[in-house]
Amino acid sequence: MHSTRSIVIFVLIMTTVVSLLLAFLSSAWAQRSKDNALLYAKKATLGAVSQHLDMDYASINNDQVDDIFSNQVEQKVLRMDGTELTKEEVEALGYAGGQAENVDILKEMKKPESERVLPLFIYKKKSGDKFYILSATGKGLWDVIWGCVAVESDLRTLAGVSFDHKAETPGLGAEIKDNKTWVKQFTGTKIYDEQGNYTSVYVRKGGAKDPDYEVDGISGATITANGVSEMLKRGLKYYEPYLKSI
Amino acid sequence: MAETQVLEKKVATPISFGKKERALITDPLNDNNPITVQVLGICSALAVTTGMKNAAVMAVAVVFVCVGSNVITSALRKAIPSQVRMIVQLVIIATLVTVVELTLKAYAFESYKQLSVFIGLIITNCIVMGRLEAFAMANRPYESALDGLGNGIGYGIILLIVAFFRELLGKGELFGMKLIGAGDIYAINTETSDIFGWYVSNGLMVQFPSAMFVIAVLIWAHRAWNPKLVDIS
Repeated sequence: MHSTRSIVIFVLIMTTVVSLLLAFLSSAWAQRSKDNALLYAKKATLGAVSQHLDMDYASINNDQVDDIFSNQVEQKVLRMDGTELTKEEVEALGYAGGQAENVDILKEMKKPESERVLPLFIYKKKSGDKFYILSATGKGLWDVIWGCVAVESDLRTLAGVSFDHKAETPGLGAEIKDNKTWVKQFTGTKIYDEQGNYTSVYVRKGGAKDPDYEVDGISGATITANGVSEMLKRGLKYYEPYLKSI
Repeated sequence: MAETQVLEKKVATPISFGKKERALITDPLNDNNPITVQVLGICSALAVTTGMKNAAVMAVAVVFVCVGSNVITSALRKAIPSQVRMIVQLVIIATLVTVVELTLKAYAFESYKQLSVFIGLIITNCIVMGRLEAFAMANRPYESALDGLGNGIGYGIILLIVAFFRELLGKGELFGMKLIGAGDIYAINTETSDIFGWYVSNGLMVQFPSAMFVIAVLIWAHRAWNPKLVDIS
């Protein structure tokens, strides 16, 4: 039988040792994990134009991602009215690096709408085709969802999308990220109609009725799918002032 | 309240690798397998077995946590106050799991993203805690390490077998290598192959229920093969 005193001492020593160890490891590897996260986000951004890359997206390696980003991707950070922020202004917002890749879209989501900044990536294919990659955030069933949407140079046809999520159910809501066939449906859909009115793309439960502006829903993941619809409808609209200005 | 600690022999037996020690490793692989016999750790066995790569990362992580926590608990077993031993065990496991998580985050970010929550859930994996309470609290670090190794591998093997069937039949891939399916990127293209033209990947195998089926069949096969496991009652 141990006395209360010895138990308290044991527990205190144990927690101190454990917390020091973990704090040390965490800070020693902080930069590494940060770099990894940035690279992962870059790769996800390129996922939106995966069908238009000069190489196979599935076998792309980290160096190629960095290479594409430094040579073929132009980055802009936009205000809600479509004007561009300078590097210094972005850094003043707390995003070290000052580029679109440094903007935390989940953090922006929490700000009032008028104060948000929008990251924009312009991917130039070697053949000269331009793709505008827009970002959007929304809510799924359990937590936030976000994604990148590539718009072709006609500024109305989607060239591809890539979605990600924080905590959607694997096999159901998580299909928005994992099910490549479902994601591919977005390619070729349009966010503006013939007259130039904003339509966005709608995820319809039971199957798309108008393949130009709708895609099929996911069985068992209606709420996540509705979240995607809402995210696109609201999020892509933010870029309208900029898209109209070019 | 009586002390629950097992009295150890006064004369310390030398560290050796004999029949008894070998049994510590081989027993969990077969007669006492954590998954197919003890039916522990099923939750993660369902979740991470969609692909061989994830299953392999998970298996290595569990072996590391199992051996590490067994050795640490065993080394501290005389110092750990019995009133708070569960909490101490949990802290040891949680620490090691966090180390695994940080390592993956720094060196294998893709796996970290895919395994995400399940790495954290190793903490609640009954196999780890079960071994600490049942073995490490009463045995020397050396034997505990062997026991942790055996149980970790016993768990990992089943994980890899389940993942093998699920990935191959569900996606036509192994370790991400495309073996059979429709399209040029697969080694056997079912669109053009004469022999395998009938083959279609079974989407159900990617979903979680299929892991239940595969594990159930494994348990059945294991029992049919090993007469020691057949219930006499």
